[in-house]
Amino acid sequence: MTTTHTLSVLVEDKPGVLARISGLFSRRGYNIQSLAVGPTEEEGISRMTICVTVDDFPLEQVTKQLNKLVHVIKIVELEPATSVQRELVMMKIRADASVRSQVLEVTQMFRAKVVDVSPEAVTVEATGTEDKLNALRRMLEPYGLREIVQSGMVALARGPRSIAAHHR
Amino acid sequence: MTTARPAPPGTTGPAANGAETRRPAPRTGAPSEQQDTNLQAPVQQDATRPTHVDPSPATGAQSLVRSLEAVGCDVVFGIPGGAILPAYDPLFDSRLVRHVLVRHEQGAGHAATGYAQATGRVGVCIATSGPGATNLVTPLADAMLDSVPVVAITGQVGRKLIGTDAFQEADICGITMPITKHNMLVTDPADIPRAIAEAFHIAASGRPGPVLVDLPKDVLQAQTTFSWPVETRLPGYRPTTRPHSKQIREAARLIGEARRPVLYVGGGVIKAEASTELADLADETGAPVVTTLMARGAFPDGHRQNLGMPGMHGTVAAVAAMQKADLLIALGTRFDDRVTGDLSTFAPEAKVVHADVDPAEIGKNRVADVPIVGDAREVITELTAALRTADDGGREARAERLLPWWDQLERWRQTFPLGYDDPADGTLSPEYVIERIGAIAGPDAIYSAGVGQHQMWAAQFIRYEKPRTWLNSGGAGTMGYGVPAAMGAKVGCPDTTVWCIDGDGCFQMTNQELATCAIEGIPIKVAVINNGNLGMVRQWQTLFYDERYSNTELGTHKHRVPDFVLLAQALGCEGLRCESKDDVDRVIAQAMAIDDRPVVIDFTVGADAQVWPMVAAGTGNDQIMAARDIRPLFDDPEAGGSDEVPA
Repeated sequence: MTTTHTLSVLVEDKPGVLARISGLFSRRGYNIQSLAVGPTEEEGISRMTICVTVDDFPLEQVTKQLNKLVHVIKIVELEPATSVQRELVMMKIRADASVRSQVLEVTQMFRAKVVDVSPEAVTVEATGTEDKLNALRRMLEPYGLREIVQSGMVALARGPRSIAAHHR
Repeated sequence: MTTARPAPPGTTGPAANGAETRRPAPRTGAPSEQQDTNLQAPVQQDATRPTHVDPSPATGAQSLVRSLEAVGCDVVFGIPGGAILPAYDPLFDSRLVRHVLVRHEQGAGHAATGYAQATGRVGVCIATSGPGATNLVTPLADAMLDSVPVVAITGQVGRKLIGTDAFQEADICGITMPITKHNMLVTDPADIPRAIAEAFHIAASGRPGPVLVDLPKDVLQAQTTFSWPVETRLPGYRPTTRPHSKQIREAARLIGEARRPVLYVGGGVIKAEASTELADLADETGAPVVTTLMARGAFPDGHRQNLGMPGMHGTVAAVAAMQKADLLIALGTRFDDRVTGDLSTFAPEAKVVHADVDPAEIGKNRVADVPIVGDAREVITELTAALRTADDGGREARAERLLPWWDQLERWRQTFPLGYDDPADGTLSPEYVIERIGAIAGPDAIYSAGVGQHQMWAAQFIRYEKPRTWLNSGGAGTMGYGVPAAMGAKVGCPDTTVWCIDGDGCFQMTNQELATCAIEGIPIKVAVINNGNLGMVRQWQTLFYDERYSNTELGTHKHRVPDFVLLAQALGCEGLRCESKDDVDRVIAQAMAIDDRPVVIDFTVGADAQVWPMVAAGTGNDQIMAARDIRPLFDDPEAGGSDEVPA
């Protein structure tokens, strides 16, 4: 069965580590849907959240190959049901005075924020799951979507446990 | 004759002049004063390697050479150039690390591989930045696919110039990322000892492989401190070597239940130095053993239980045994496509126990019923121990249960032995030449090969009785591997006879290293199996392309260009030629008698000999052809098959 999997990967923060990981995906024929990197609570360790669409069986091969990279410390697959998954989007919507209040109304319904406004446009910022952000986009698109930028997904397992705590 | 030069400051011990060296002196070709002045300080066998060094001032280059000395490196193969030049200055003084000046960096890389495969130690090659480094790409890819422990040291442009398209700049870490086990660019001279220690550790441990260390020129020139030992910091690198005891018990249980087991042995068994343990396991199980191309020598060919090599050009018995097996015990092997043929029809009735030190190999191509992650020697030792205490009746009962299977195996083995016919046109048979070299040089010699027909014949017709006596490029199929690999093996094992079985195509890719062999005193023996063609490609053209020989004739027969005898002489080697069967033994004996310089024999052989048996690419192993148009019908008792496979 082909599904989207979310991998949380702890890596040493070394030059080229992103190239090693993305290169491994591409040369073994796997397509990365989204990727987000950032620092962690521990200095020198970064955390990547990688979304990849593969069959269940090749996923095991991906994680095994990733684990062979010397700079990869730990890999955990995060299930949607037991983790919090978020993406960030910013959309610049064409909105002059005649429709601005309608755009603001939609923004409020989605608990999104207006982060910039000008006479012809407003910029809306929203976080959420992919579904929520897609719904917001469908609502705002009719007004005229001038520009959109979206981050890769980040995710964290629910509950008190930390994946970083185990590697030391 | 050695030209005197001042002893470097801070060094003690015998001066370079007249000191005993373990290198044979250069003999032939053009030994000259000029060449002698280029010799580095003689390598001292008895010089002690530093085990503990308090922090002391050093340049980055000195730190590199001292690190190599401390880590146990005794030889590096390389060529200097601009960016790596600082490293060559302290290397000139080293009494522990010999430098072999090769003629092309590819030769350095394959020599390091040959050295590593023959000795089990890490092979080291060294090159400058840019083209020097990119010339290492092929041997690094080769070492990666064959899991050979190699460390490559490359110069890089100065730190400030990196990323500016500077002269001789290449992003060698980026280029070699997919073809090394790991690589690193050292940007702080203080990190050099740790980088070298980590590189050797990563290269040699777990599943071995090549590691590249890139050193910018100004890092080599900078002042730093050197101390030893160093602490490695590899939080993400922890290879699993001890197998899980539950999996071992489960594997032992399946072996106890099996009626048609096969021990499918790969190169990992040689890398883990597990041949002795494998012999015990074979004895305990009573099962037949097949040794892959990378594992020839892991189990003696003379042993009754050895069915030979499986795969595309394997023996009918080995291929058929795997196809009909009810249990494959795969040890240090990776179900490569050249072994399995079409995966969907490979060993359809077999359960699989798959043991490998690399967890990513297990289940990659074939699902394993019992996966075991661990070092081959530990796995085999524990498996044998588990079988000795198993309640399946023990060794005798297991042997008894396998009697019908052995009846079947013996029928295959006797009906379809490896063989060849002398060419109908009266030309010399290449198989005969290779078989005679194996018989005369014997099982103590080391054999390397290039890639193609001669490689397959060398795998088939030389009997390997010991590990680390067969060196070849299995995974990458690198033409030109043979000569430099033989050179590296001879440097690592100077008292062993080293033969390179090469083809006329392969030989023309890397024969320049014979100049290195002649000058550096590395007396290898090269048998050029000269059929005038790119033989394996020609075989495929004969079989699959209507005998249309597009660009496979090399002219080494028709025009005798190059003349390999004259070429050998020009490279400072003895050059011999053999064109008839009656002369084969005499010429081989003549080559065996020469030990003061390299020897090249041009064996002018027929162009039409083919490698058989063969499983055509893309087909299943059931389609194996014992010879052209002869397909064993495994289900036909008359043809050596059997309607009833023992159950």
